[in-house]
Amino acid sequence: MKNAMKKLLTAIVALLATQAALAGVKIEHWVSPTGARVYFVESRVLPMLDVQVDFAAGSMFDPAGKSGTAALTRATLDLGAGTRDETAIAEQLADIGATLGGGADTDRASIAVRTLSVPEKRNVAIDILRNVLQAPRFDPAIVEREKARTVASLKEALTRPDSIAGKAFWSALYPTHPYGRQATPESVAALTRDELATHHARYYTAANASITLVGDISRAEAEKIAESLVAGLPAGAAATLPAPPVIAPGNTVKLAHPASQAHVLIGLPAIERGNPDFFPLLVGNYTLGGGGFVSRLMKEVRDKRGYAYSVYSYFSPLRQTGPFQIGLQTKRSQAQDAIKVTRDVLAGFLKEGPSTEELAAAKANLTGSFPLRLDSNKKILDNVAVIGFYGLPLDWLDRYQEKVQAVTVDDVKQAFSRRVRPADLITVTVAAD
Amino acid sequence: MRIRHLLPVLLAPWLLTAALANPFEMTLKNGLRVIVKEDRRAPTAAQMVWYRIGSMDEVDGASGVAHVLEHMMFKGTPSVGPGEFNKLVAAAGGRDNAFTSRDYTAYFQQVPTEKLAEMMRLEADRMRHLNVDPKEFAQEIKVVMEERRMRTDDNPQAKLFEQMNAVAFQAHPYRRPIIGWMNDLETMTAADAKAWYDTWYLPNNAFVVIVGDVDHKEVFALAEKYYGALEGRALPLRKAQVEPAQDGTRRVNVKAPAELPVLIMGYKAPVLRDIDKDSDPYALQMLATILDGHDAARFNKKLVREDKVALSVNIDYDATARGPGMIYLSGTPSEGRTVADLENALRGEIARIQKEGVSEPELKRARAQLVASEVYKLDSMFGQAMEIGQIESAGLPYQKLDRMLEKLQKVSAAEVQAVAKKYFTDDTLTIGVLEPQPLDGQPRRPSAAPRH
Repeated sequence: MKNAMKKLLTAIVALLATQAALAGVKIEHWVSPTGARVYFVESRVLPMLDVQVDFAAGSMFDPAGKSGTAALTRATLDLGAGTRDETAIAEQLADIGATLGGGADTDRASIAVRTLSVPEKRNVAIDILRNVLQAPRFDPAIVEREKARTVASLKEALTRPDSIAGKAFWSALYPTHPYGRQATPESVAALTRDELATHHARYYTAANASITLVGDISRAEAEKIAESLVAGLPAGAAATLPAPPVIAPGNTVKLAHPASQAHVLIGLPAIERGNPDFFPLLVGNYTLGGGGFVSRLMKEVRDKRGYAYSVYSYFSPLRQTGPFQIGLQTKRSQAQDAIKVTRDVLAGFLKEGPSTEELAAAKANLTGSFPLRLDSNKKILDNVAVIGFYGLPLDWLDRYQEKVQAVTVDDVKQAFSRRVRPADLITVTVAAD
Repeated sequence: MRIRHLLPVLLAPWLLTAALANPFEMTLKNGLRVIVKEDRRAPTAAQMVWYRIGSMDEVDGASGVAHVLEHMMFKGTPSVGPGEFNKLVAAAGGRDNAFTSRDYTAYFQQVPTEKLAEMMRLEADRMRHLNVDPKEFAQEIKVVMEERRMRTDDNPQAKLFEQMNAVAFQAHPYRRPIIGWMNDLETMTAADAKAWYDTWYLPNNAFVVIVGDVDHKEVFALAEKYYGALEGRALPLRKAQVEPAQDGTRRVNVKAPAELPVLIMGYKAPVLRDIDKDSDPYALQMLATILDGHDAARFNKKLVREDKVALSVNIDYDATARGPGMIYLSGTPSEGRTVADLENALRGEIARIQKEGVSEPELKRARAQLVASEVYKLDSMFGQAMEIGQIESAGLPYQKLDRMLEKLQKVSAAEVQAVAKKYFTDDTLTIGVLEPQPLDGQPRRPSAAPRH
């Protein structure tokens, strides 16, 4: 009797535990009256609130010849808006202990606020966010100052081997697509205040926005906040995408630099967001170069030969075909040896795929570590914002573990053969002998 | 995922820890302390093992050995083969890594809660049973040299910082870089690493911090089970090494391929030794927040935005450390402005506080940052474990974290002004300047006015 009871209790406890681990984040989703997509996760554990607004307004939408528009628009957005000048914005945020963050990448321009959730603080933070989204001033003097700062940091970046390699890599992968265009000191210096205002008016619209809220508020409060953020924006239309990237033939770009270490990047355009190959690539890449200390690249390049401190591979799915990338840094005299080992590891993986043990290890880590992906408001915000921005299914997190589990060795081999074609690989080296 | 109400009281964040009698602590017979902070918001846990041993405990000719040993800690024991540690953590769905500082060496795993026991078993195993295999060492030392090339040799700012500390400190071991001088890495042997391990990796020279969805009593039982059998031993005497007083400004210039110059001004400053009795470190922290704690702070507002003398300016002050303290001002001048202009501007801001003090709204704003960051920090279990570990490794009791905050909140305008006068003096100042060099080795045409 006692044992049976104990067994039953264990069973119930185990069941509860399983449910707790499997149940993803509860995402509430709606479209605001003005047309913005809203994603909300109520979390009452801590007295704080995160709100992130994402627009399809990243550098892929920079007009031709005007590279840097998206980044500079985002950078100057919160430097004066509505009745508040840049000092008022900074001081009022500091007074309530709130922070404003975000930035622009190839696809997204993001603006995020973190605030305490007590209404007298939260309301100020939301009001500033609303102001900044709807009525940025793009004050000419401030735009000029920020242009000068951006130009200086771009010039500095052009002296760094890692930045030089990164820029060359994207240019080589995307010779005709906007993903390959880089802001230069010259392109930024030529931007005008009005061009930033135009970019804002075109892309910072309700139809082009997704809003993510995570924290200590109710659904009704979330609805009110979301609507207040976009109500004053033009309805607009979703951004139109450029023609998808055309795959360039394989190539090697070798750049000189006096650094002691060579920086090596190898890759090609591989996959867009929402593509079903994502899970086979994720699981496969864990074995190849994504699994940190246990990946094949780490074992062969770092552990066995001591060639590099860091060596990795990853897929970076974007709105349009995003890159697959392998990277490492090594003493310049042994760069060619390190590249050879890396290519051999990749070739072996493409041919054989992961072993059944490796596949099992990849799945164990990717499913087992799932709770770690969601154990803070910040992580929940990041994940849900991606789901919202890219329009991934709302049950994406709930089904993550199941999709990982379903991947077979054959799925991995096939997805890799579709996406990572050796003949199309681009190799960029900086400072290699 | 599980979300439970942890904080019924919203507005007095620093009363929370005390109210919940959390964290909990025990000491094993071998001297190992175990600190557990229960945080039930998600089914995960973080384990950190902190060794009270860092680069400041190294001797000349062996710089970098603390960090090299950290790398070797992943290379196996009699029961866990080379590389197996990472494999087992990965199989458990965990993430792990380690880091070495001047003051300590720390190892951590973040795992789903049910895997915590296994992580404790693994950490206990390598606390006393590490193999330092010469073959593994021969590969790993190359990895560390690559790490040095990446982090320091090819990074102009890091190189400047390394040189600057080598000048600012003459007797104290803080003058040596954590990663070690390249020559010391080249001559280091497996035996050096093994000796380091044998001397310092002892339960009585370590403490464990666990934060997460755990019951502290269960964790204590697991600690007894896994760590309890390890034997402690008396540690070698560590003699205090006191940096002699500095009597005059020191300057160091570093040339490296770069576009922009960098200026660092480091002043010798006190650190907390007694949380209750000390007052100056709190005032310096408040001063740092008023100068650079947020976008509206003085440095950014005046020097970057209004006067445009700098592209960026920072202040860096760590009030807790085993060794001597420094407060660093650093920045990059704007195009057309020189390092000398920036130095004058930074000196001007310090002089302004020395003469006019700071305002009540500025203090209030700095306090608001503290209040909010106390809540925000609870969003990360790892961050909470870090906070406990860092203060403990500086020799201060984590139980007094609340008291520290209380004292910070009470810093007055007069105290801020007093520390500005007391510590920002030329005699204890070290100035480092990065002189950018062209990539092609050709002399660069001056784009800015010459130094005056």
